[in-house]
Amino acid sequence: MKKLLPALLAAGLAFAPAAFAQDGKGPNENSASEQAAAGQDPAAEEAEEGHAETPHYPLKEPEELDWSFAGPFGHWDLAQLQRGLKVYKEVCSACHGMKLVAFRNLEALGYSEEQVKAFAAEYTVQDGPNGDGEMFDRPGIPSDYFPSPFPNPQAAAAANNGAAPPDFSLLAKARAAERGFPTFLFDLLTQYQQGGPDYIHALITGYGQEPSPAVEKSIQPGTYYNPYFMSAPALAMPPPISDGQVEYADGAPQTVDQYSRDVAAFMMWAAEPHLVERKATGFVTMIFLIVFAGLLYVVKGRVWAGTPH
Amino acid sequence: MSGHSSYVPSKGVMQWLDARLPLPRLFYDSFVAYPVPRNLNYAYTFGGILALFLGVQILTGIVLAMHYAANSAIAFDSVEKIMRDVNWGWLLRYMHANGASFFFIAVYVHIFRGLYYGSYKAPREVLWILGVIIFLLMMATAFMGYVLPWGQMSFWGATVITNFFTAFPLIGDPIHQLLLGGFAVDNATLNRFFSLHYLLPFMIAGVVILHVWALHVTGQTNPTGVEVKSSKDTVPFTPHATIKDGFAMVVFLALFAYMVFYLPNYLGHPDNYVEANPLKTPSHIVPEWYFLPFYAMLRAITFNIGPIDSKLGGVLVMFGSILVLFFLPWLDTSRIRSTAFRPMYKIFFWILVADCVFLGWLGSKPPEGVYPALALAGTIYYFGHFLIVLPVLGLVETPKRLPGSITEAVLARNGGGGTPAGAAAAPDTKG
Repeated sequence: MKKLLPALLAAGLAFAPAAFAQDGKGPNENSASEQAAAGQDPAAEEAEEGHAETPHYPLKEPEELDWSFAGPFGHWDLAQLQRGLKVYKEVCSACHGMKLVAFRNLEALGYSEEQVKAFAAEYTVQDGPNGDGEMFDRPGIPSDYFPSPFPNPQAAAAANNGAAPPDFSLLAKARAAERGFPTFLFDLLTQYQQGGPDYIHALITGYGQEPSPAVEKSIQPGTYYNPYFMSAPALAMPPPISDGQVEYADGAPQTVDQYSRDVAAFMMWAAEPHLVERKATGFVTMIFLIVFAGLLYVVKGRVWAGTPH
Repeated sequence: MSGHSSYVPSKGVMQWLDARLPLPRLFYDSFVAYPVPRNLNYAYTFGGILALFLGVQILTGIVLAMHYAANSAIAFDSVEKIMRDVNWGWLLRYMHANGASFFFIAVYVHIFRGLYYGSYKAPREVLWILGVIIFLLMMATAFMGYVLPWGQMSFWGATVITNFFTAFPLIGDPIHQLLLGGFAVDNATLNRFFSLHYLLPFMIAGVVILHVWALHVTGQTNPTGVEVKSSKDTVPFTPHATIKDGFAMVVFLALFAYMVFYLPNYLGHPDNYVEANPLKTPSHIVPEWYFLPFYAMLRAITFNIGPIDSKLGGVLVMFGSILVLFFLPWLDTSRIRSTAFRPMYKIFFWILVADCVFLGWLGSKPPEGVYPALALAGTIYYFGHFLIVLPVLGLVETPKRLPGSITEAVLARNGGGGTPAGAAAAPDTKG
């Protein structure tokens, strides 16, 4: 419908109250230029842009995968999370931080306390100040958090074509393709909450496709076409991983598809470490409430039995 | 209801206390002996459900406040600490966030039940107005609560909503700055929003007490709209209403638990898991679902009306959409209370419900293309319902014949097969 009405759309933007100027800001813009625009007034930016076309992103909907943690009895596939951690450590962590996750949390992935200590010790963490007022480096301990690869977002942006790589801690809950009508209603019944991992898998495996000529024109230089990216036709991140790049000890296929599944599952754990506990608690709670409601209904029937109402 | 108390204190402490501060008597008269119409349906259970959810929100909120830090530098991370490291923190936070949504689900059912059964009509105008005040306080509380996690939607939602106030000439900018504690949403804003978010629920509780007091003076309406005429029309609150409300509460809690445990982020926005960044505007700013109809009305005014520019027009329309509810008791000219006996109004009632859902859908859409025009149509209909349909319909509509009393209506329905004598002989109430 939106494509049929570009003129009306332009009129709508022109008439839109100033309060909502930022609202209409075109998602054409990729994160690179958004970062570059740092410091500008968003409303002024919008006025400069003035484009009348708002294509719907992502261009392609992500595929819905089967996740072990989906549904009412969802649970972690610990081997998968361990593989995901390996992918994160060897590939993603070069650019992406994960500052809300501590090494001690990794025990939830099936590692022993000693393994976690050894894992943490592989990292160098800045501590201090010491008695002399100096900051110093020391090996990581389990209570430390994953160190970020860049000292601050500005440094991260400067090293990555103007777009700071987002922190991984919450990304699996902070990204999802929009679920249209009536899908979002069915999601209530299917308990679909895997939009984040589905999106991450689709994005990592979605590189290397040919854009249509119309789309190609809107791709900013220095960005990579990916029809699954949720806010533009292309993103600043190059294809992050290739087949065989990470060695799996458990015989899982060493493909981009498998890597992206594993890292997406790992990111879901990082974003929602209590997911399994939540669902298990929910099961008990639901049984209690349904039985309690049934008992109350019976008592209610008894109380009202002699009273037509 | 007003009237002499039937409370007879048992011996000992209760008798001693009753002679000094008749608190037990107040509770007995309000929640045990209080007579309620015998024909109340489940739509009438939402008042109790709302009281329960006010309690849930206050209790979870107080514990969350023990762990939350209202400082823009650490607010986002402190919420994540709650989610990760606080014992049962994830449960508290998901209950509190989804509790707000379920609070609004319940209040919307409660309000539309009032509209359907004419609960706002004399002598219940004050009861209704207190209810609208509670609704306004709820909206303010929910809005400020949504800002506290300091995510992208928190920040930009706050920026957009507080910007409304600049629409007012002269007083707009000073109000805006007072609200924000500066010229833009920042740490000062977060601090005062947290303070007010903690204060307002207790103000809600205060108005709820007045609301319940007013209810207990006039008595409840009922699906027939016919006032209680004799004690045969009523049953005592306990056990009849207590058990029915209790059952409805537990069913509602089960739905709530389903969302909290299985779909905790379904009603939220993914962008709110990204920390607030004043330099990066989300491509599409949307409020929480319960504000969407009002958001649609705000954006429906895309043109200037004389000296009122589109922005001020939108703000006036949005506030007006709630303001009009205050005048509802005098806008409805029909003397028939219950929609069950108003065949024409019944149709318009359901059109209004559909219109509100329609506006909610439009509120979630970007203000482009045909959407503002559709929103304008929906807004015009919303006001038309209250300002034109209600006054006119009361004068032209021919209502159905009202039953003589609640008991008569109940027996006609239950004894449909034809043993009115047997039904009448059924053990009646003591109320």
